[in-house]
Amino acid sequence: MTEPGQLERPVWQTGQIGGETRVVVPDVEGPVLSEEARGLAERIAARYPRRRSALVPLLYLVQAEAGWVPRQGMREVAEILGITTAEVEAVATFYTMLKLHPSGKYVLSVCTNPSCALLGGKRLYERAKEILGDQSEHVTEDGLFTLEEEECLAACDKAPVLAVNYVFYDKVSEEQLGEMISEIREGRVPEASRGGVPGDLRQVSRTLAGLNDRAGIDQPHDETRAASGARAGPGEPAGSGLREGPAERRDAQAASGARGGAAERRDEGDQPNGPSGAEESPRSEEPPGVRAEDG
Amino acid sequence: MAEFEPVLTARWGDPEAVSIDGYLGTGGYQGLKRALGMAPTDVIEEVKSSGLRGRGGAGFPTGTKWSFIPQDTGKPIYVVANFDESEPGTFNNRELIERDPHQFLEGLIICAYAVNCHTAFIYTRGEFVWPGTLLDRAVAEAYDRGYLGKRVGDSVFQLDVVVHRGAGAYICGEETALLNSLEGLRGQPRLRPPFPAVEGLYASPTVINNVETLSCVPHILDRGAHWFASIGTEKSTGPGIFSVSGKVERPGNYEAPMGTTARELIEERAGGVRDGKKLKAFTPGGSSTPFLTADHLDVQMGFDEVAAAGSLLGTKAMIVLDERDCVVDATLRFTQFYAHESCGKCTPCREGTWWMTRVLGRMERGIGRKEDIDLMKEVGQNMLFKSFCALADGAVSPIDSSIKFFREEYEDHVRLGRCPLKESSPELAAATDRSGGTTGGTAQFLPEGLEIQLGEVLG
Repeated sequence: MTEPGQLERPVWQTGQIGGETRVVVPDVEGPVLSEEARGLAERIAARYPRRRSALVPLLYLVQAEAGWVPRQGMREVAEILGITTAEVEAVATFYTMLKLHPSGKYVLSVCTNPSCALLGGKRLYERAKEILGDQSEHVTEDGLFTLEEEECLAACDKAPVLAVNYVFYDKVSEEQLGEMISEIREGRVPEASRGGVPGDLRQVSRTLAGLNDRAGIDQPHDETRAASGARAGPGEPAGSGLREGPAERRDAQAASGARGGAAERRDEGDQPNGPSGAEESPRSEEPPGVRAEDG
Repeated sequence: MAEFEPVLTARWGDPEAVSIDGYLGTGGYQGLKRALGMAPTDVIEEVKSSGLRGRGGAGFPTGTKWSFIPQDTGKPIYVVANFDESEPGTFNNRELIERDPHQFLEGLIICAYAVNCHTAFIYTRGEFVWPGTLLDRAVAEAYDRGYLGKRVGDSVFQLDVVVHRGAGAYICGEETALLNSLEGLRGQPRLRPPFPAVEGLYASPTVINNVETLSCVPHILDRGAHWFASIGTEKSTGPGIFSVSGKVERPGNYEAPMGTTARELIEERAGGVRDGKKLKAFTPGGSSTPFLTADHLDVQMGFDEVAAAGSLLGTKAMIVLDERDCVVDATLRFTQFYAHESCGKCTPCREGTWWMTRVLGRMERGIGRKEDIDLMKEVGQNMLFKSFCALADGAVSPIDSSIKFFREEYEDHVRLGRCPLKESSPELAAATDRSGGTTGGTAQFLPEGLEIQLGEVLG
């Protein structure tokens, strides 16, 4: 790593309109991936005929460990997959769901594509920005929120749609948005319209890494098919980024008719991950060893 | 026409259908059972003669696609299901997985059997955390019940399925970009040929099918190609799910025979335009397909019929605008979408979409020039069919078609110096400006000389 001040910081264009940039400065001291995570990484890589296919899942795993994707994480993924860090960076910078800077625990995505915009999506986004402040497009001061203007979330029948860590809330009014933000600030994430209560970004990233997949995870890829049929063992950590909402709150919501989707959601009380997925990760709140450089 | 009975959405009312027991209890996995008793080539023939065409936008005949897979290369054959649904206005794949994941999975298994594939991938859109979770469960259940794994349905056929998640890139719905993404590369399209059927995933023969397409397959095997072909029109057979959104009374997914008129879908199924307003424009197949207008409501929503009307069936996603909605604003937002999602590989797309947002942006803010309309048409001509994939072509669709049908509205923006359908205010202008990263910062990005003209307009 170059010492701060020696060279100009790299500014990575990320395809944002109008020259908006993300400045990737803070890195973390390694290692980002714990021993356990490295074990999981090997298992994820083994699912694919070629290890490199596991690149995005492993970057999600880094995000699950650190809360975002620091360069140190990219180095470790490169090492695991046997490719260069530059190759990992090239991919990491392509995808918007990989956060290349410290991100809020809850990524709030508001769809402003026409189907939603016609029904108030743009106003909803502006309202969110008003409540959370301009810096929320990076991360709010309390570290809770990152606000994103989202492209079509493929739920246009529920417009305007908002997502918390990519779990959807249907037909959200400006008033409901305000309530949601207050509730999250108080530590109570409201239940989504479908899929229970979203976990924080780390937990959801774990799901995205493919770690609530009981079927595939323990099946090393093998063209001879010898290994099929294996399942995740009892040691498989429950990694669901979704937790069941407390039943009483769900009932209360349904009764009061709050949040349009509650009435039509199916009973999802049979999550195979069980209640173990409901626990907050005991990890510390801060990403490991964030270097105190200014952004 | 006989009363249409839902096929793809038949189980949507049944919350149990999400589980394999619910699915089996309503005739699930019967199509697979029949397929496993047939020779793989016969399965392909059956799908061919059903007339099923891909529902992901291009409308390529599915059985024909499968028949292109060479069996003698010595390489493994892959099937990749495209569940990266991101076309603005499209939401039927999501609901198909949320409500009936096994129907899709059964289709995937049949497809794999037909082309002799032993490893299939489901490329799931990253933002679909919940549908992806349901899919994981469905796959796990299918393994548990022997519909996946070493002996699929007690046959000698082996199949493993891997659910892979994307990370937020529209372009990865394009099949060659999807393959690159799945290989751990940037999701940028590849030059064709070679086509994926010959050199797809890991340079091996690969079939890529949309979720709705695969969801049709079990029914074709279960009830026969003839039955399937009897639904819909001659060249657009079978049922289809139409996603209707925007200014309608009841936005939602509506299943109907292919070739159902836009009028029936919008006015009857979706309850008509909201608040009794008049329909102004709609996209027949998502934002990448040219707008149609109230004059086109009697167009049949089939591949050839919509093409004959000057648009494309695309993903059957109908976004409805009413008379109060500004076409320029909607077009601007679509264009911002394409500028954001352009992967940057091809210059016409990367530069063209971005410049279009500039021109449309100043138009919408009331500081456009009359020549801008022709300028946009010209830029569009320089983008069309000049890139590796169809993203740029899709980006031109709303612009070209909105100018074609609503040129007066563009001219009104110039003449009035504001959006004629919105009250003009600086707050609004700032709110709709996403172009410069700063509010009202148009001039700094304009080429030399333009600032002066702009100054004249503003002055």
